[in-house]
Formats: sequence, C-alpha cells, structure tokens
Amino acid sequence: MAVTEDRVDTATLTDLLQRVEALEAEQSKAIKKKNKLTIIAWGGQLDRIWPTTILATTAAASGMEASVFFTFWGLFAIVKPGVRITGENWMQKMMSVMNPGSADKAKLSHYQFMGAGPAMFKKLADQHNVAKPDELIALAQDLGVKLIPCQMTMDLLGLKREDLLDGLEEPIGAATALREMREAAVPLFI
Amino acid sequence: MSTTVITVDARGQSCPGPLVSLAKSLKESPDGVTFELLATDPGSKSDVPSWAELSGNELLGAETLEDGSFRYLIRRGA
Repeated sequence: MAVTEDRVDTATLTDLLQRVEALEAEQSKAIKKKNKLTIIAWGGQLDRIWPTTILATTAAASGMEASVFFTFWGLFAIVKPGVRITGENWMQKMMSVMNPGSADKAKLSHYQFMGAGPAMFKKLADQHNVAKPDELIALAQDLGVKLIPCQMTMDLLGLKREDLLDGLEEPIGAATALREMREAAVPLFI
Repeated sequence: MSTTVITVDARGQSCPGPLVSLAKSLKESPDGVTFELLATDPGSKSDVPSWAELSGNELLGAETLEDGSFRYLIRRGA
C-alpha cells in the first residue's frame, strides 16, 4: 500500500473507502439470526409432540426466544380438550374423528395398541415425574413460547379459532413460518 | 456483604423440570441472589452447564451429594 510517513495518497484512500462500502453492503444482506428456536410441529403423534414441547419449554427457560408453528397433524395437538367433532363437511368431520383433539389424546407412532401404548407411556411419565405434553403446552404458554396455528391447515381441516386452545398467536401462512425459521438460530421440523 | 441464597428444590423432577423451576425462580427473584438448585435427574449434570451457557447465567459450582443427588450453585448473568 502506498503509505508514506504521515499521509495516505488519495487513490489509496478512495480504494479503501470503496472496499469498506462494499463490505458493509454485503453485511447488510446477510441473514441475521436470533437466539431463537422455531419448531414446525407437523406431527400430532405423542412421540413427536412430546419432544416438541420439551424443546420449546427448555429453550424458553434458557432465555431463548421460542415459537412453534402447528401445521397438519400437529394442529390437532392444540385443539381444546373436550372439543370433539370439528369441521363443516363429512371429510373434515371424519378427519377429526380419526384424530381426536388435544395433546392428551395424541397417539403413538409405534405401539399404539388401541390406546394401551400411550396409557403406558403416561404411566411411566408419572412414575418418572416427566411432564406430559398437555402440561408442557400450558407451561410453554406460561413461559412465553409463541404457539402459532397454520391458517391453511385450519381451513383444510375445518378447524376454527374457537376449536383451538386459548392464548395462541394469530394464525399465519407459510411465508411467515419461513420468516420465523430463517431468523431462528435453531429451526426444526418435528 | 452477605449473599442471599434461594434454594430451588427440583428433586424428583425430570428433564426439563429442574431447568424450568430454576428459570422461573430466577425470573421472580431480585438481582444479586445466588441460587442453589437441588436435583436428582442425572441428565442435569450436562443440562445445567448447557443451560447456563445458553441463558448467560453463571454456574459457580456443581457437586454430587452423599445421597447421589446433585447440587448446583448459580449466579444470574449480567
């Protein structure tokens, strides 16, 4: 570089400034990640909802921002307990019969055994003092985890806002879900 | 200057119980308090240091007590 004792020549200075500007422009385009966990809760099964809610509550307890986007089968996990048949037409109604709402009713992906599997799992959880998914969802809300339903799946399945738990965020679409995932240092699909 | 120590008894709780209890207690307590976390969950041995790193709090010490349970001392991060 053409630096003499106490002065820099103009050409060098201009070159340096241009390089700084180019770097700054590049930096501003970079995606800024937050100390945040975002989970796309696609599965409504007990063995998916469980780790989903454990990770979300742990993140919140660790001072991380946390959000969970419930879509497809995951949506049934945040149906209000006691809400039975949902939907407008017979297809939507059948879906709700096949997928009873609330995390407490979630089925296992293996060893369902007509309900004996989940019952055993929950009994073991009680013995080991492990919080169950419905309790973890309440805890997540208490810790400030954002629980966000997917608008499109709600429409598809005929689920209304009043069929879902209280205290959820406004339903969002895929682009907003992507934005959540893009800014999260830890984005997961469960 | 004496330091106030708040004990969080999470013995019997499983993952993520102890951390959630600790985080709740931290949130509710004033600055300058030291926290003593008691736990029986063996997973806490790795999880409490991880939590401290994630949350920016300081783990002052960890020990296994005679009865096989664990004791952690935590100071809130700046």
